[in-house]
Amino acid sequence: MTNQSQLSEVEHVKEASNYLRGTLRESVQNPLTGALYPDDTHLIKFHGSYQQTDRDLDSERKRQKLEPLYSFMIRVRVPGGVATPAQWLRMDDLADEYANGTLKLTTRQTFQLHGVLKRDLQQTIQGFNAALLDSIAGCGDVNRNVMCGANPHESELHAAVYEVSKQISAHLTPQTTAYWELWLNGEPHLSTEPAEDTEPIYGKTYLPRKFKIALAVPPYNDTDIFANDIGLIAVEENGALAGFNVAIGGGMGMTFGMPDTYPRLADLIGFVPTAQVVDVCEKVVTIQRDWGNRQNRKFSRLKYTIDRVGLDGFVAELQQRLGYEIQPARPYRFAMSSDAFGWAQSADGRLHLTLFVEGGRVQDTAAVQLKTALREVAGFHTGEFRLTGNQNLVVANISPQHRTRIEQVLARHGVLNATTARTALRLGALACVALNTCTLAFAEAERYLPQLLDRLDAVIRAHDLANEGILIRMTGCPNGCARPYLGEIGLVGKAVGRYNLYLGASHRGERLNKLYREMLDEDGIIRELTPLLAAYSQHRLPAERFGDFVIRQGYVRATTHGQNFHAA
Amino acid sequence: MSSLPTDQRLPIGFDDNTLRQLVGDFSEQQLLWLSGYFYGRYAAGPGPAAAPEPAAPPVATAARPRITVLYGSQTGNSKKVALQAVEAARQRGLDATARDMNDYQGRELGKEQVLLLVVSTQGEGEPPVAAEELHRFLGSARAPQLPALRYSVLALGDRSYLHFCQTGRDFDERLSKLGATALAPRVDCDLDFQADAQQWMAAALDALGQATPAAASVKSPPVEVKEYARHHPLTVEVLEKIQLNGRGSTKETYHLELSLAGAGLQYEPGDALAVVPTNSAALVEEVLRATQLGADAPVQLQGETLPLATVLAERLELSTLSRDVLERYARHHPAPRLRELAGATEQLQRYLYGRDAADLLVDYPAELSAQQLVDTLRPLPARAYSLASSLLAHPDEAHLTVGAVRYDAHGRRKQGACSCYLADRVQVGDQLRVFVERNEYFKLPQNPDANIIMVGAGTGVAPFRGFVEERAERGAGGLNWLLFGNPHFTTDFLYQAEWQQHFKRGTLAKLHVAFSRDQAAKIYVHNRLLEHAREVYDWLENGAYFYVCGDRQRLAATVHRALVSVVQQAQGVSPEAAEAYVRGLKKQRRYLEDVY
Repeated sequence: MTNQSQLSEVEHVKEASNYLRGTLRESVQNPLTGALYPDDTHLIKFHGSYQQTDRDLDSERKRQKLEPLYSFMIRVRVPGGVATPAQWLRMDDLADEYANGTLKLTTRQTFQLHGVLKRDLQQTIQGFNAALLDSIAGCGDVNRNVMCGANPHESELHAAVYEVSKQISAHLTPQTTAYWELWLNGEPHLSTEPAEDTEPIYGKTYLPRKFKIALAVPPYNDTDIFANDIGLIAVEENGALAGFNVAIGGGMGMTFGMPDTYPRLADLIGFVPTAQVVDVCEKVVTIQRDWGNRQNRKFSRLKYTIDRVGLDGFVAELQQRLGYEIQPARPYRFAMSSDAFGWAQSADGRLHLTLFVEGGRVQDTAAVQLKTALREVAGFHTGEFRLTGNQNLVVANISPQHRTRIEQVLARHGVLNATTARTALRLGALACVALNTCTLAFAEAERYLPQLLDRLDAVIRAHDLANEGILIRMTGCPNGCARPYLGEIGLVGKAVGRYNLYLGASHRGERLNKLYREMLDEDGIIRELTPLLAAYSQHRLPAERFGDFVIRQGYVRATTHGQNFHAA
Repeated sequence: MSSLPTDQRLPIGFDDNTLRQLVGDFSEQQLLWLSGYFYGRYAAGPGPAAAPEPAAPPVATAARPRITVLYGSQTGNSKKVALQAVEAARQRGLDATARDMNDYQGRELGKEQVLLLVVSTQGEGEPPVAAEELHRFLGSARAPQLPALRYSVLALGDRSYLHFCQTGRDFDERLSKLGATALAPRVDCDLDFQADAQQWMAAALDALGQATPAAASVKSPPVEVKEYARHHPLTVEVLEKIQLNGRGSTKETYHLELSLAGAGLQYEPGDALAVVPTNSAALVEEVLRATQLGADAPVQLQGETLPLATVLAERLELSTLSRDVLERYARHHPAPRLRELAGATEQLQRYLYGRDAADLLVDYPAELSAQQLVDTLRPLPARAYSLASSLLAHPDEAHLTVGAVRYDAHGRRKQGACSCYLADRVQVGDQLRVFVERNEYFKLPQNPDANIIMVGAGTGVAPFRGFVEERAERGAGGLNWLLFGNPHFTTDFLYQAEWQQHFKRGTLAKLHVAFSRDQAAKIYVHNRLLEHAREVYDWLENGAYFYVCGDRQRLAATVHRALVSVVQQAQGVSPEAAEAYVRGLKKQRRYLEDVY
C-alpha cells in the first residue's frame, strides 16, 4: 500500500538484507575499523546490538588521528526478566571478559553489555548461547523483549502469567536463521529448529518500527503496561488466571520541535481469555505490519497508526482478522508502578528479596560491591533472578535455609544497606544510559542522576518526605527509554546540563505528565522543585500522590491523551 | 644500458664501445642530467666554459696516480664522504673516481693504484649489504695479491656498539694481508664523523705527495658546511604536538609538526630529521650528586669555558653508557673490577645495558675533577627520526613520529634522552634545533609506476606516511601496500584515520594490520606477510620495492626470514636459493631497510 520510492532508507536496507544478513559477515571481519558498514548498523539491531562510540573520547580521538572508539551494546533478551543463577553467572563472566565489567539491567528487563568490541561480538553471543540466552530481536523493527511483572508476592499467578509471556515471546521471535549463521557458526539454537528463511508473521521487511509488549498482575504495574504497544493486565478469577485485559497503542518516544510526535498511553480495548492472547498479539502485530507508516520512522509506531485510522477502526480490523469479538474489559485496579523492596513471602512459603540497583547498573563501587555479592549469591541460590521493569532485581524463590546466608553476603558487600538507607525518591528513580555511549543522547542521565538526587534528597528530607514514593525519571533525549513521561517528576535532556521538567504523571502509570519548565540546569531544577515539594509536604491530602497533587494545585494540567500532551 | 640506442647511426668520432664506456653505469636520472649538462657546454660556445666541476689543472701524467674512492654505504654517509674525498683530490689536481661497492667487481682491485675505502659497520659488526660481496671476496682464497696497491680506510661507526667500526677494520686487515701498503692509518669515526673524515682525507692525500692544492681554482667550501648539521642546526618552531595513542595504551607516541617556513630546508620522504636534545634536569642533578661536583664549576669544551651543569645538560651524553666512556673512566678509577669489566666483552655488555652515566658514577665512585668528567663523557649526539611527512602534502612543515622511551632499570626511572625531551619538555610554540640526515637509499622508486610494499611496526610507520602522501600528491601510478603492526587496535593504530582515507581513495591499494596483543596468539606483521605470501611474491616479481622500518632486533630479522620463506614457498626452492633471491633484492636496492 506504500509507494516504493517514498520508503525510508531503513526499509530498503531490510528489503535487500536477505532476512537480516546484509553484509554483516564482511563488516565484522573488516580489521581496519571497529565499525560496521553503514547499512549493517541498521541490521545489527535486529541481532540485539547497537553500534556506539565512546562520546567522551570522540573529539580527543579525532585529534589523535584515530577513528572514534567504536563498541557495541548488546541487549540480551530475558522474557519476563527471569534468569537462572547459571545465566546470571554467565552474564557476569561475559561482562568482565568482553564488556566494560558491568551489567546494565534495563527498563525492559533485559541485560545490556556495553563496550563490546566488534572483534568480540561473536564470542560474546556464543557465550549467551551456551547459557540458553540470546540477543535476537533485542532491538530492531520487531517485537522486543516481552515484559512480565516481577510479582514476588504471587508465586502461582506469576508462574501462569510468566508462562504466557514466554509463549508470546517465542511466537513473535523472528524465524530467520541469519542469527545462528552469523554468530553461532550455523549451529541451530538448542531450543529452536528453523527450517528455512521465511517470516510468516513479519515478512521480509519486518515491522515499520519497534514493537513492545508487557504483562502485569494488579495491583502492581511495575512493567508500565500503558507505555507499550500492547499492554496485558492479568485478570484473576477464583485464584487462577482467567485471561487479560488488552490495551493497545502505547509508546513513549517523541522528537523535540515536532508537535506531531508525542508520548501516548495504550487504550484499553477489552478482555481476552488466556487461550486467545497469543493470537490477539499476533493480529495486532500484523495489522501494524500492514498499516504502519514505512516512509517516516518518526511516525511508524503503532500509536500513530491507531490515531490515524481511529481506535474503533483499528479494533474492527482486529476483530475481523481474529474472527471473533473481544469481550468487554474486566475491572482491575493498579496501586503502584514502582517496586516493593525488601523481603516478601509468597503463599507457597517461598522467600523473595527485592534489591535496589541504582541506575540498573550492576557493578562494584567502593561502598557497594553489588556485582561481587550477586555473583556469590548466584553460586548457591536455587531459585531465580528476576529483573524488574524498574531496573531493580528480585532474588526470587529463595529456599528458607538460604535466607541468612544471602543476608550475610549482601550485608558484607554493603548491598542491604544500599537498599534500606535510601530515600523512596531514589529507590524509585529510573535513568537511561545516555552519555557516554548512547548515540542519541543530548545530555547525561544514568551517570548524573545520582548526583542530582544527592541534592534533591536533602530537600526531600528537609520536608519529611523521605518515605514518600515519588517517581523521578531522567533520560538524555526525548525517545523515552526510562519512560520519563510517566514520571511524577520527568527530566528529559535537551542539551548538556539542560533538562525539560515534566510534572503530573500518575503514580500508577495511568496518566502522562506535562511540560512544566524548559532548559533547566541543576540549580534551576532544585529551584523549581523545592517550593513544590515544600507545598506537597504541607498541603497534600491523605495518601495523595505528588503527581496528583501538582494537578490539583494547578501547577500543570492533566494530560488525558497523548494528543493533548503538548497542550499547555 | 637498455636505454642506449644500439642501431642508430652514430656521429663522427664515436663508436658504440666508446659511448658505452663514457656512459658507464650511469642511471637514467644521471643520463638525463648529463644530456642537459652537455647541451649547456655546447650552448656556451667553444672553450672550457662554465663547467660545474673545475677543470683539472695540468699535472704530469706520470706523477699522477689514479685514485678510486670505494664506498660501502647503508644510509648514504659513506657515499657522502667518498664524494667529498673525490672533490678534495680533484682540488689537488688528482684524478679520482668514486665507486659504489655494490657495483664493484672484486677482481677490479688488481688494476687499482690508489684505493681510498669508506665503509660503515652495521649492528653486530657486519658490513652494509652493498659491501657484503666485496667483504666476502677479500676474505676468500680468490682474492688476488695486491703488492702494488696503496690504500687507506675510513671506517664509519657508532662507538656505543660493541663491534665498533668492525667492517672498516676487516677491510684494512685484509688489504694489508694481501700485500697492499697503507698510505695513512685507518681512521675510525664515531657518529659525529665529519671532522675525522676531513683529517683522514687530508692525511691520505698528503701521503700521495701532492700536497699543494690546485691554486688556480680554489672552490667554494664543501657542501656540508652550507647544510644544517649537528654543529649548525636549524631552529624551528613546534606547530603541533599530539599524543597518538588512545587512552589506556601501553605505548606513548607523539606526532610533532615543525615549521620550516623561511628556512629553505628541503627533505624527501625517507630522510630523517635529527633533533638536538638537552638532558633532563633530573639526570644532570643525579650526575652532580654522584660526583659531588658543583654545578657552576668552569670546564673547557671545544675551546669554550662553560659551567659544568650547562655542559652536562646540553653537550654531553648522559642517558646511555657506552664502552668508550667506561674505558676512559676506568683510567681514573683504581678499582680492578672496573678495569676487568672494560676488558671483558660479554660482562661489559651486560653492565652497560640499561645503565646511564649516573649509574656508573654511583657504582664506581671516583675522585674526579669537573674537567676530567667532561673529558670522560662523550658528546651528546642528535637523535634522528624518520620524517613522517611529504613536503608536497605539507609545504614548509616537517612531521615526526616519536615513541617515548621509558623504563625502570637499576633502581631509577630511565628516559630516552631525545624522545622524552620531546615528550616531556617540548611544547607547541617552543623552538627545536634540527637538521636533515639524508637517507640516500631509503627512497621511493624513481619510477612512479613501480609498486611498493611497506612494512612498518610502531613508529616505523613514520616514513610510510611521507611515502604515501608523496605518491598521492604526485599522482603516482604504482600501487601502495602497507603492513602495520603494534600492540592494540583500539589505541595503537597510528594514523588510523589517515590510512582509512588513503584506503578509501585508493592511494593505499592494500592495508594489512597486525595487533599483537588483541588475541591469545601474538600476531605480528611478518605473520601477515606469510598469510599473503603469494601476492607478496607476485608483487616482487612484478618489480615492487620492499621497505621495512622499525626495530632492528625484532622487526628487521623476522621480516627478512618471512620474505625468504615467501620466496621459498613461491619458487619451491631451497632456503639457500630463497635467501639468495632476497639478498639479490637488497643488492638491487629493492629491499630497503630503515631500522634502529
